[in-house]
Order: sequence, then structure tokens, then C-alpha cells
Amino acid sequence: MTNSIAEIGDAACILAVGTNTTVAHPVIALQVKRAVARGTRLIVINPKQIDLCRSADLFLQPRPGTDVPLLTAMARVIVDEGLADTAFIEDRCEGFEAFRRSLEAFSPESVEPITGVPAAQIVEAARCYATRKPATLLYAMGITQHTHGTDNVLATANLALLTGNVGKPSTGVNPLRGQNNVQGCCDMGALPNVFPGYQKVADPEIRAKFESAWDCRLSDAPGLTHTEIFDAIAAGRIRSLYLVGENPVLSEANANHVREALKRLDFLVVQDIFLSETAQLADVVLPAATFAEKDGTVTNTERRVQRVRRALEPVGHAKPDSWITCQIARRLGAGGFDDARPENILQEIASLTPSYGGIAYERLEGDGLQWPCPTRDHPGTPLLHRERFATQDGKGRFVPLTYKPPAELPDDEYPLLLTTDRNLFHYHTSTMTGRVEGLKTLAHEELLRIHPDDAARLGIADGQMVQVCSRRGEVTVRANVTEICPPGVVSATFHYAASPINVLTSSALDPVAKIPETKVCAVRVQGQ
Amino acid sequence: MADETSLTIDGLSITARPGTSILRAALKSGLYIPHLCDHPDLDPVGVCRLCLVEVEGRGLVLACRTPVEEGLVVRTESPEINNVRRVTTELLIVNHPEDCLACSQNDRCELQRVAAYVGVDRQRLARLRRDARPAPVDTSNPFFDYDPNRCVLCGICVRTCSDLQGVSAIDFAFRGFDTTIAPFGKMPLAQSRCESCGECVVRCPVGALAPKNAQQPSREVRTTCPYCGVGCGIYLGVRGERVVAVRGDPDRVTNRGSLCVKGRFGYGFINHDDRLTTPWVRRNGRLVEAEWDEALSLVAERFAQSKGESFAALASAKCTNEENYLIQKLTRAVMGTNSIDHCARL
Ligand code: SF4
Ligand code: SF4
Ligand code: FES
Repeated sequence: MTNSIAEIGDAACILAVGTNTTVAHPVIALQVKRAVARGTRLIVINPKQIDLCRSADLFLQPRPGTDVPLLTAMARVIVDEGLADTAFIEDRCEGFEAFRRSLEAFSPESVEPITGVPAAQIVEAARCYATRKPATLLYAMGITQHTHGTDNVLATANLALLTGNVGKPSTGVNPLRGQNNVQGCCDMGALPNVFPGYQKVADPEIRAKFESAWDCRLSDAPGLTHTEIFDAIAAGRIRSLYLVGENPVLSEANANHVREALKRLDFLVVQDIFLSETAQLADVVLPAATFAEKDGTVTNTERRVQRVRRALEPVGHAKPDSWITCQIARRLGAGGFDDARPENILQEIASLTPSYGGIAYERLEGDGLQWPCPTRDHPGTPLLHRERFATQDGKGRFVPLTYKPPAELPDDEYPLLLTTDRNLFHYHTSTMTGRVEGLKTLAHEELLRIHPDDAARLGIADGQMVQVCSRRGEVTVRANVTEICPPGVVSATFHYAASPINVLTSSALDPVAKIPETKVCAVRVQGQ
Repeated sequence: MADETSLTIDGLSITARPGTSILRAALKSGLYIPHLCDHPDLDPVGVCRLCLVEVEGRGLVLACRTPVEEGLVVRTESPEINNVRRVTTELLIVNHPEDCLACSQNDRCELQRVAAYVGVDRQRLARLRRDARPAPVDTSNPFFDYDPNRCVLCGICVRTCSDLQGVSAIDFAFRGFDTTIAPFGKMPLAQSRCESCGECVVRCPVGALAPKNAQQPSREVRTTCPYCGVGCGIYLGVRGERVVAVRGDPDRVTNRGSLCVKGRFGYGFINHDDRLTTPWVRRNGRLVEAEWDEALSLVAERFAQSKGESFAALASAKCTNEENYLIQKLTRAVMGTNSIDHCARL
């Protein structure tokens, strides 16, 4: 997030696009709902009539995968009606002229047939976002999990730049990150092209710094991304895999492919707290400690580094992941893994990662610290881009966009569009929540949400088991006939091993971010 | 406007922020006034009528609904006040179950406090008691129960659900002569719109909304919720070698005490029997238990044979920063490849 969670409450307008906030980020949703109760305008853009719509002043329901034309048409309205923040654009941005020209193709009327959103609603939303300041924009995986996810993100950024809703309190472009430490995992360089702190592996100076700190030679070739790794395994190029705390057999798009790939490995090590579906395929399973059994730090969606504290000894012979990884490295004869104590590791991180430079355990007792926090006396940064953007010249860049349809759209054979989401009671593949009795009781099985019209046409009754097929696989699941989904669209989570929805989804990738398009694929549904 | 307003309560001079109610000003200064329906997170409604005080020149007022004013002279005791309070209290407890020791709120109960302060005349109570069958307890929610027999109808839960949570799952419901709290249409909680966040349970001043199988922890550890990216501050309640409760951290800026159903009730996995407690290695096609030494040697031996581009690692968005740092360091510095990623994209 460019801004902080606590700022959301003071926004005059909240634009929530591609986020099912009450379900995936419930406590942020509280901030949103409380703001609305105090008079903040809420615009929800979502293909489904999610819970948050009950609090919304405006609800725009585009077809899945049409966010770029929708958001860009909003930009067009803002420019046409003279609502753009020209001083901000002049001062802090570049590329506006080319962007303005690119808007030609995106009048609200011309995108209506693509998005399915009435032009008048687009105009109203644009006016609301541009005139009620400060306005904050929240988004989640409804924006990113597309073959054009990067374009979607850029479209949100264009809107914020255009209205000057960046770098000020209660504004910003705010991705809501899914897992508790997905932000920190990225920050720490668990990414194929960057070291900790997003320092590029291809940069010789950066590499030299890490080579001297770690006393080794480092490769300058960016590695493979998550989905590419599974392709490389399937192709026989990757022979061993060290997999920590993940369950790709259920979470990865096109899951059958993943399962087949894993079987081809020479050696699979899985380190986890349970014998997950993926761990069952491993050659070695290493028992890890839970968050309650170890010390450390995690970084939340607003870049806040917070403490995790050991409350219990690990069960049985389980060990903290840091101990396990250090043991493996030491047995491989490597230096620099002698001290597995988290506070000392954080010191090493701080010494190599400018944005974490000032972060240390003794400073994290209260609310933690938000990076960038370069020095020991730096208070942390709740709000990014106050004076300059993180570009070479410090300017915010407008990016002209074009509409790219999703990689796979419904056709005669697979006439419905499947989009995945989550429910409130479970988390990811349910390895944790599936072992909490009460959460299982509240949401014990997968439900395929389907509109009454589609259900009637297919002769499907509410609560009946149905077969869902895509080009990649098939799943049996209970139908839930509801108007939450518009006609033509069905949706389900991926929380349940009994109905592994990701065998259906497509692993077509965004060319830049390499995110698979789990938000759109074509399926066929039939009664049993 | 002055920063602080001065007033006297029972002859004691106190100061309070303008806009504060007499009740909250008194409580903050360590002065108890009986009350049930007031909660610091909610706007006052004045339904329990226990907080009656006398303001000079104005007579009896509800302390929770009356803001402090400069020079106000307040009295919390008088024959009239005591009389009204006693009658109100008697009505509240006359049909209240008497098994306080078996109640999860025992010792933290606001009704016990009120009764102790006001004083209860057993004989008068016995005369007032009417014969009523206990109303059924709603046990449909897997995490907490609602016992209408213990409910004092302060409405704190109703206001929490509507004003704080924006859910409005519950409201006052009328069943014959008796009012209770229930979801719309009096259906069981589990079938209602209730999101099981437990925020109403946390605020219930008595034992009407109570967690199932509540166990009091022997110690608490301040940490961060393991689920979503909001990163709510929590206290893990530990008893023996088990986590038995979770409480929202009221001081953490991310959540100010609020939690969702996963954060508050989703801790059962920690001590679950399915936990992996030893390493396993595959022998003759089957996973069998192994010692750490054996498992780690095997891992090191096999990793040593696949350094470079034939190796990849997937780190975890559920692990800590320190752990992820070590995994990528191992991958890059020891295994010699940049093929490290995690499921940020999923
Ligand atoms: S648990 Fe939460 S949603 Fe359910 S009634 Fe209580 S406050 Fe409302
Ligand atoms: S309590 Fe709920 S909202 Fe808060 S971090 Fe945990 S899962 Fe997220
Ligand atoms: S606390 Fe004042 S009326 Fe209940």
C-alpha cells in the first residue's frame, strides 16, 4: 500500500476495485464500513455483488477481465469534464499528453458493450472519485490475477495520478496483500529477479555487495517464477525442489499439471506444519514450527514490520524454519548460516537492505515500523511518494493502455466464465483453517455460485452436486444458486481438497508480473 | 475552548475532555457509578437507567447521556437515586440464574459489580421472583453461545454488530412477554448473516454471549495474527502447553482490538493432532518417520548433486522475514540459482 490502513477512515471517497474486502481483509473492511457510516462515498467495482455492495453508494458490475476499459473510461470522463488535477500533473507527472490521446478510444459509451457497465454509471463513478478528495483506491487480486494484470494496476495508477490522489494522507493506490507475510516475503527477495529490498540481481554493483557479504559468487541470470518453475520441472530441467509452507497442488492454477510435474522431480523436500496434499508427494518432509512457536518479524500490507513472538515450544520434534534452513546450508558446507537467531538475522537483513536499514527488534515493541526505514533514527514511512516517485527522475508516469481480452473466454463448448475467490472462514488451501472445527462447521464444503437463470437453463437446483469441466480438468462441487454472480459467470473458492477448483483454472500468465489468470477461465457446468 | 472542563462529583474536583459524558469522566477518575449499557466504543443510548445521578439545579439525569460542563456539581448518592437503582437492579437480577460460579464471566461481570454496589435484599428478591421456565440457549454458532437467561438487554451486542461491524445480524426480538436478542426472524445465529467475528461476545458485560468451552489462559503473549495481510495485533492466551484463547490487541494501530473470525477463533490448528512432529523420508516408495540427522543429511546430499539451474526453491508467505531471507540466501549463495519464488501471485 502507498498509504496506511488507519488513513482509510478519513478518505472522502473510497474506490474498491477487485477486492472482496469483507471476506479477504475483514478488519480493513471495518475501516471502510465505519468511514461510510460517517459520510464517506464508497464505489465498489466488482463482477460479483459482494457483501461490501451493501455499504456502497455506487456499484459497478463489469464483466470479469474488463477493468482496463472501465477504469480508462473513468479517466476519459475526468479529463473531458476538466476534473483532472492539472497542477499535480504538471508538477509531478510525465507522459500526460500521450495518455490523453490514448483516451480517445475509451468513451464510456464505447466501452459499455465490452464492460457491460452503463455509461452513466461510469460517468458518475468518475465524478465521484475525482471530486471527493481525498480519495483512496483499494484493490486486490481481482485486479492482478489476469493475463493483463499489470495493465490493470497501471490503470488504477493512471486514475490516481490524474486526480492527484497520491502522496497525501487518505489517498493512494493500495493493494491489499493476501497472506500475512506476502509483503515481507517479497521484501526479503523471495523473488527470482531481486535480492532483499528489490535490489536487482542483474545489477553488477548490487551483486558485488551481496557477494562480499555472503562470501560467494552469485548468478546474474534472473531465475524462474513460480509458474515457470513448474513448467521447468515438467520439462525435466529442474530436478530438485525445496518447498516451504506452500501447497501448490491446491493453490496453483492448472493444478493437475502441478501434480504431474511434482511426480517428475528427482527430489522434493517439503517443509510444513502439516502433511499437506503436496507434502504427501515429497521425498523428505521436514516438520516446521507454527507462528506461535517461534520469534520473528512479518510485514503487513501497509509495509509495517511487526513482531511474531514465541508463545510455546514447537510440538514434538518440529523446529523453526530458520533453524532448518541453516542446518541444510551448514551441511552443504556453507558459511554464514551459523546463527539462526532471528534478531541477528534481521541485523544482517538491515545491513544489506536499505529500506530495512533502521529496523531492529528493540524498535518493534509498539506498533512496529513501516519501511522505508533507512536508519536507526528514521521513524518509518506511513505514506509513500510524498515528494517524489520511486522513478529515476522522481516523476509519476502515465501509461497509455489498450484493452486486451482475457486469454480464455467462454465459447460454445465451455459457455460459462469461472472466477475464483475466497470465503470468510477459510484461508488459502485450508491447511490451517481446515483444522479448526468451528471454521469447518461454518463453511464445510466448496460451493459453486451460479445465477438462477443459468441454473434454470441447465436444470440445476440449489444444493445439488454438479460437474464443472474446463479444458484442463473437472471437479464435482455443490451448486449454490444465487444472484451474487451475474448471468454467465460462476464462482468458487479454492479452499477445499475435496473440490480442488484450481484443476480448472488457467495458467496463462501476465507477461510482466507472471501471475496466472485465475480470475477468468471458461467452464461447462452440468447436473449429476 | 478550554482543553479540559472542571466539575465536581461528590465533592471531588475532576477534569475531563469537553464532550465526555459524566459517566466516562467519573470512571476515568476512578469513581464508580453503576452502569450496564454504556461501552467506550459505542455511542451512549441510556437504556439500562442504572447510571442515574443528580446534577445541581437540574435534578436526576443519566450520567452516560449527559456531557460534562464547566462548574457542574454532581452527586451520585441520594435516597432517591438509591431507590431507583435498587428497583432497577432487582428487576435485572430477579430471574437471573444464580449459578455465577459456573458462568464464564464470573469475576468480570458488570452485573455482579452493580449488584454488589447497590446491595441486594434476598427476601425482597424471593418475593419478586416469578416462576418462569428457562429460555432455550442458542448454541448454533460453533464458537459462542447466546443464553437469553443471562442477558440484561443492554443492547451493546446489537450496537456492536450494527455500528461497529456494519453487519446488523442481531436485534431486539420479542417473544411473548420476554424480549431477547436474536437474528432477524428469530432464526438461530448460525443461519443468520452473522460473520462470527465475536466482537459482540467480547463486549457483552455479562455471561449471555460467551465463548464455547472458555478456558482462562495462565499467560498471554503479544504477537501478530497468522492469517491475512492486515496483520492484526493479537494476544495469544496460553495455558499449559496449549493456546486456549486469542484477544485483539487494543493498542495496535492496525486493528485497535478488532479481529475477524479467523484471527479470533482460528487458533485450533496450533495444537492439532495432525501436526507434523518428526521428519519423514521416503523409503521404498513410502514415507516413514526419521531422525533429524538422517533427514537433513539426505537433503544436503541430494541438494549438493543439483546445484545451479536444476534446483529451485519456493519460499512461504506464511513464514517470517528472517526465514524467507535465509531461504533465498541458501538458494542464491549456496545453490547458485535465482530460481526462488513464492505464491504472492496466487
Ligand atoms: S459475532 Fe459479529 S457478526 Fe455475529 S452477531 Fe456478533 S458482532 Fe454480529
Ligand atoms: S484477524 Fe482477520 S483481518 Fe486481522 S489479520 Fe487476522 S485474518 Fe486478517
Ligand atoms: S449506562 Fe447509562 S443508562 Fe445504561
